Amino acid sequence: MQFLEWIKQPWPWYVAGPLIGLVVPLLLIMGNKSFGVSSSLRHICAACIPADIPFFKYNWRKETWNLFFVAGILLGAFIATQWLNNGQPIAVNPKLANDLQQYNIHNYSSIVPVELFNWPSLLTARGFILLVVGGFLVGFGTRYAGGCTSGHAIMGLSNLQWPSLVATCCFMIGGFITANLILPVILNL
Amino acid sequence: METKDIIAQPVIAKETNTDFEVRSLDTICVNESRMEHSWWHSIKYLIAGLLFGILLVKAEVISWFRIQEMFRLQSFHMYGVIGAAVVTGIISIWIIKKFKVKTIYGEPIELHPKQFNKGQIYGGLLFGAGWALTGACPGPLYALIGTGATVIIVTLLSAIAGTWVYGRMREKLPH
Repeated sequence: MQFLEWIKQPWPWYVAGPLIGLVVPLLLIMGNKSFGVSSSLRHICAACIPADIPFFKYNWRKETWNLFFVAGILLGAFIATQWLNNGQPIAVNPKLANDLQQYNIHNYSSIVPVELFNWPSLLTARGFILLVVGGFLVGFGTRYAGGCTSGHAIMGLSNLQWPSLVATCCFMIGGFITANLILPVILNL
Repeated sequence: METKDIIAQPVIAKETNTDFEVRSLDTICVNESRMEHSWWHSIKYLIAGLLFGILLVKAEVISWFRIQEMFRLQSFHMYGVIGAAVVTGIISIWIIKKFKVKTIYGEPIELHPKQFNKGQIYGGLLFGAGWALTGACPGPLYALIGTGATVIIVTLLSAIAGTWVYGRMREKLPH
C-alpha cells in the first residue's frame, strides 16, 4: 500500500511534466490527433449555436474525438479527487498566503480558494469578474490566438513552431500584468 | 436549420467551410483521415483525456493558487511542469519523425505548421489575462468541474460564449 500512499500525494513537476508531455505522442499515435483543448469550445459552438457564422460552419462531427477527450478530462479529475487524494490542504508559498490574507482568502483545503469559487460568489463584483469575465477572456483569447496552453505551449512548442512561442510569451505577459497589477484591485472589490 | 440539414443528409452533407486557412489556424480538421470509424473508436480518446485529467489534478496545475504563484514568480512548479512537458514533447516528435512512426491504424503521422498571425499576440495577451483571473486554461476548466467546483460550469459557459463572440467578430478583428 506504500505505492497508493505515494500517488495520493501531489506529484512533483519532474513526474507530472514528462507524463503530460507524453499526451502529445499518445494522441498522434492513437489517430493523428494534435493535442489541443480549446478547439473543443469551438466544436461546441459549431454543434449547438452555429448561427450561420462561417467560423462555425464546418463538419464538427469529424472532431468528436476532441469532445470525448475533454469528457475524459472531467472524468479523470473526478477520479483523482475522489480516490487519489490524501485530503491534505494545498501547500503554497508563504508569501502568497500572506498576500492573499489581506483579501480574506484563508482556506487551502480545496484545490481552488473556496472563498472565491462558489455559487453565491457570482453575485459579488470580484466573483463575477474572476469567474465570468475571466472565462470569457479564456474562450475569446484562446480562439483569437488559435490555441491555448496545450495547443500552443505544449503541442506547438513540441513541434518547434515559432508562432506558438510568440503566443506562449503573450500568454505569460498577459498573465504577469493581470496577476500583479489588475488582480489585486479586483480582489479588493 | 443548419444542424437539421446535416442530420438529414449525413452522407452527402459536404464540408460547409472549405477555407483551409480558417481550419488550419486552429489545427483542426486538417488531419483528413479517409478512414471511417464507429463511434466507439473514440472511447480511446476518452481514456486519454481521463489520464490527462488525473495528471492535471495531481500536478495541481489546475489550482488557482499555483497559477498565482507562477505569475508572481513565487514557485518553480508550473515552469517545471510545462518545461518538462515541452521537452518530452520535443523528444517524442523527434522520435516520431526520425523513425516515421505510424498511427495504430497504420497511417503516417502528419504534423502541420502553425501560421503566424497577429491574433497570436492580441489573443495571447487576452487569454493570459483570463488565465490569471480564473486560474484555468480550457483543459483545467473541464477538470475543475470534475473536482467538484461546480461553479466553474458558469466559467466554461462563459468561455464558450467568448469563443462564439470571437467567431462572430472574426472578420472585423486584426489578424
